[in-house]
Amino acid sequence: MPSRNSTLLDARAVERTLKRMADEILELTGGTDDLVLVGIQRRGVQLADRLVELIAASETVRVPRGALDITLYRDDLQTVGPRPVVGRTDLPWELDGRIVVIVDDVLYTGRTVRAALDELADFGRPSRIALAVLIDRGGRELPIRADIVGKTVQIAAGDRVDVLLEEVDGKTSVIVTEAGTA
Amino acid sequence: MTSALGKDLLGLEALSSEQINLILDTAEPFKEISERAIKKVPTLRGSTIVNLFFENSTRTRISFEFAEKRLSADPVNVSSAGSSMSKGETLVDTARNLEAMRIDMVVIRHGSSGAAQFLAERIESNVINAGDGMHEHPTQGLLDMLTLRDHFGDLQGKRVCICGDVLHSRVARSNIWGLRKVGAEVAVCGPRSLLPNAIDEFGVTVFDRIEDAIEWADALNILRLQIERMTGGYIPSLREYNRVFGVTRERLSRAPRDVLILHPGPMNRGVEIDSDVADGEHSVILDQVTNGIAIRMAVLYLLAGRNPELAESAKAAAR
Amino acid sequence: MTRPILLRGGRVVDPSQSIDGRLDVLLVDGLIEACGQNLSAPDTAEVLDCTDMIVSPGFIDVHCHLREPGREDVETVATGARAAAAGGFTAVCAMPNTDPVTDNQAAVGFIIRQAQRAKAARVHPIGAISLGQRGEALAEFGEMIGAGAVAFSDDGRPVVSAQLMRTALEYARTFNVPVIDHCEEPTLSHGGAMNEGIVSARLGLKGIPSEAEEIMVIRDILLARRTKGHVHLAHMSTVGSVELIRWGKDRGINVTAEVCPHHLTLTEDRVGAYDTNAKMNPPLRTAADVAALRDAVADGTIDLVATDHAPHHYDEKEQEFANAPNGIVGLETALAVVHTNLVATRVLDYSRLVECMSCAPARVFHLPGGTLRRGAVADVTVFDPHAKWTIDPATFLSKGRNTPYAGERVRGRAIFTIVDGELVHTMTHTTR
Repeated sequence: MPSRNSTLLDARAVERTLKRMADEILELTGGTDDLVLVGIQRRGVQLADRLVELIAASETVRVPRGALDITLYRDDLQTVGPRPVVGRTDLPWELDGRIVVIVDDVLYTGRTVRAALDELADFGRPSRIALAVLIDRGGRELPIRADIVGKTVQIAAGDRVDVLLEEVDGKTSVIVTEAGTA
Repeated sequence: MTSALGKDLLGLEALSSEQINLILDTAEPFKEISERAIKKVPTLRGSTIVNLFFENSTRTRISFEFAEKRLSADPVNVSSAGSSMSKGETLVDTARNLEAMRIDMVVIRHGSSGAAQFLAERIESNVINAGDGMHEHPTQGLLDMLTLRDHFGDLQGKRVCICGDVLHSRVARSNIWGLRKVGAEVAVCGPRSLLPNAIDEFGVTVFDRIEDAIEWADALNILRLQIERMTGGYIPSLREYNRVFGVTRERLSRAPRDVLILHPGPMNRGVEIDSDVADGEHSVILDQVTNGIAIRMAVLYLLAGRNPELAESAKAAAR
Repeated sequence: MTRPILLRGGRVVDPSQSIDGRLDVLLVDGLIEACGQNLSAPDTAEVLDCTDMIVSPGFIDVHCHLREPGREDVETVATGARAAAAGGFTAVCAMPNTDPVTDNQAAVGFIIRQAQRAKAARVHPIGAISLGQRGEALAEFGEMIGAGAVAFSDDGRPVVSAQLMRTALEYARTFNVPVIDHCEEPTLSHGGAMNEGIVSARLGLKGIPSEAEEIMVIRDILLARRTKGHVHLAHMSTVGSVELIRWGKDRGINVTAEVCPHHLTLTEDRVGAYDTNAKMNPPLRTAADVAALRDAVADGTIDLVATDHAPHHYDEKEQEFANAPNGIVGLETALAVVHTNLVATRVLDYSRLVECMSCAPARVFHLPGGTLRRGAVADVTVFDPHAKWTIDPATFLSKGRNTPYAGERVRGRAIFTIVDGELVHTMTHTTR
C-alpha cells in the first residue's frame, strides 16, 4: 500500500516549539517552586529532559524529572493482550502538594493521559496536574485536553504521527505518515 | 494476538531462551510496584484467578496471591483440605467446574507430575504451574534466575550448582532447564541416591563432594531436604547428611571466590544449610522471596488478555 | 450340523506343516477336512473367496484381561471374545486377576460357561497360582484344570516369593501346564509409572528400572532349571530379559516367553506429555529394547506375541499420570500393528508371524488349534495383508477404548474368523 510522508516539524522547529512550551509551563505554574516534570515512556521522558534543560537555562533551577510507564494502566489488555515490553516508572519523590506537569509527545485519544492520571493518583495527591504535549493531533475519545500544546494539527484517523528525537532515533523531526489509499 | 508465552506456563523445559529472558526483563519494572506506597496497578482488573492448591504451600500461594492482588486481579484460593477435591472429586471434574465458572486463570499446585499439563489441555483458561509433583516449578526457577541475574548481570558462563535432593525436586528441574537455556553452566551435588539415575543425560556436571562443588561454583542453590527422604531410605540420617553435604561457613571459607547462596525455602537449618550461611553476607534467600512476586506478576501479565485463537485450539484439543 | 466352509484361493500359511502356497481349505463338522489345491466344495458348503488373502491357523492370544467377574463395566467374557474374533483371534487365554480372583474350580467353570454363551472366540481360563493372588498359599491347580484352566499365573502381580514360584513350577509338572510369571521385583518397581531413564527423570515420574524385570526373569529361569518345570515369561520388555532367556534356552531350560505388540513398536518417548494411554506395566522402554525384542521374536528367543489386552474405563485413564491404571487394549489392533511394523518392514515373514500368533501359543499352552492339519479343530484366521485402515477406538467391539494407536494408519486386517468351523466374524468394509 503506498503511503506518503511529510515533515510537520524539523529539528529547529521542535527546538523553538519546546522553548515556547518551557516558557508557558513557567507561566502556568508561576515559577519552578514545587514543579515536577513527568515524562510518559518513552519519548515523553526525553521531551521532559529537554524542557528541564530549557527551564534551567532561563531560571537556573533544575526541576525534578520523573518517568511514567502507563503500560500497566492501559484499558485494552483484555482485548489486545499484553505489550511485551513494560518500561520503568520512576517517581522517587513525594508528590503531595506539588505541581506535576505530564509531558508526552503526541496527544490523540486521551487514553494514555487517562492512564497516566490514574497512575499518578497511586503515587500521591499533587496540588495540580497539567498536561504538556508537543503535538495535539485531535481525535479525542475522552474528555481530556492539554494545557500546553506545541503544535495543533488535525490528522485523519488512519494516519500516523511520529515524533523522532536525537536521543532515541538519531535525528529530530515530527513526521506525518498518511495511510495510502488502496 | 498470541501471548508471547502461549496459553500456559507449565515448565521451563519447553520455553526458548528468548521467552525466558522476556519474563525476566518484564519482571524488572514489576519490582518497583512493590516498593510503592500503594502497591497496586489496575492491569488485571476484572480477571478472576483461582489458586488451586492440592498441596500445602504457604509461601508460594501467598506470593502468587500478592502478585495477583498487586495487579488488581480477583483471586480465589482453593486448597484441597475441606474442598470437593478432598471428597473424591477427580481433577478433570474440578477442571470442568472451574471452567463453568468462567475464570480467566488457574494457578495450580499438585502432587502429581503432569497435573498442570493435564489441566491445561482441558480448559481454556490460562494455566500456571505452581509446582507439579517432581516435574517443574517454573516460577521458582525464574525467580532464582532473576535473583542470580541481579547479582551477576549476565548469566552467560556463570556456574550454578544445585545441591541436595535433585531426584525429587521440581525446583531443580526448572533451574536446570532455565539456567542452561540462558547459557549458564549447571552442576548438581548430592548423594547419588538422591540424583536421578539418568542425571548424566541432563547436560550438567555432577559433583559427589560438596567441597568440589563449592570450589567450582559462583552460586549454590541449596534444595530443601525433605525429612521423609530419611524414612524413605534414601539417606541414613539427617546428621550424616549435614556432615557430608551440609553447606557450612567453614566449607565456604575455603572457596576461591565469593559464592552466592540461594535456597527455595523453607529451610532446614542445620541440615542442608547452616544458619550462619543462611543469614550470612552472601545469602540472597530473602531477595528470592521479593523477586518471587515480581516474577509472578510478570508471568500473570504476559499470559493475560483475551486470546480467542488459543482458546479455540484448546477447546478442539479437549474434544 | 453347521454348513461346511470352503476357503477358496487364499495363500495358506501354516508353519506347523511348513505350508506356504495358494491352496483351498475345507472345513467340515468343526474340523479341518482338507487343505489342498482346487478342492471341490460339497453342495451345501459356504464358499468364501480368499483371493489375495492369507489363510492361517487361528490366532491365539495367551494373555488378555477380560475383567469378568468384577468389572463387567469395562469388559465381559462375551465382549472380550467378540473383540478377539474381530481382531482375528480364534482363542484367548483370560488372566485370573478378576474380582473375585479366578483361583478355584467354580470360578474357572463360570468363565467357560460365559465363553460358550458368547459364541465368538474360544476363551481358555488361566487360574491363579496362589489363593486370592496373595502370593501365599498355592491354589488348587488340579481342580481348576479339571474345570478347564490351561495355565497358572498371578498376573498383574509378580510371584514375589521364590519359594512359592519354585513350588508352583514343581507342582505344575504333574499336570504338564506352564506357570506364567509377571516378572517384576516389587521393591525396585514400587511407585514407578514408566521406564526409568532420561524421560522419567525429565517428566518427574518415578521410574521402573529394567532390572526390576530382569532380576525376576533370571530367578524364574534358574528355578525352572532346578525344578525342570515349565516357566512362561509374560510380556518381556527389555534387552536384558532377551539375553537371559537366550542364556536359559541355550542350556535347555524349559522357558518360553511372550512379547506384546506395543513393546515391539513403541518407546518411552510415546509417554510424551503424560499420555496415560502410553502407561502400561511393564512400561514402554527404549529404542534399544525395541530392537532387541524384534530380533528375539524373529530368531525364536521369544516364542510368541500376546496382547496383554487390558481394558479400562475412560474415566480411569482420564486422570493424573501416576494415578492412572496400567494397560491398553490390544485384541483388535495386534494383527495390524505387528503386520504394519514388523512384517511389512521384513523383520518377520508371514510364516514367522503365524508361528508367533498361532502355532507357538497352541504348542506352548497345549491348546487345540495352531495347525491346519486334517482332523484339527477348524479354527482359522483369514486376513487381508493389503487392507489399509485407520485405528478408531470408537469402532472397537471391546468395551475398552484405551489405546496409544488411535488415529494410526495401519495395514492388515482380519476378514474371516472361524471358530470350530463356524464363521464368528466377517469384516465387510475394507479399503486397499
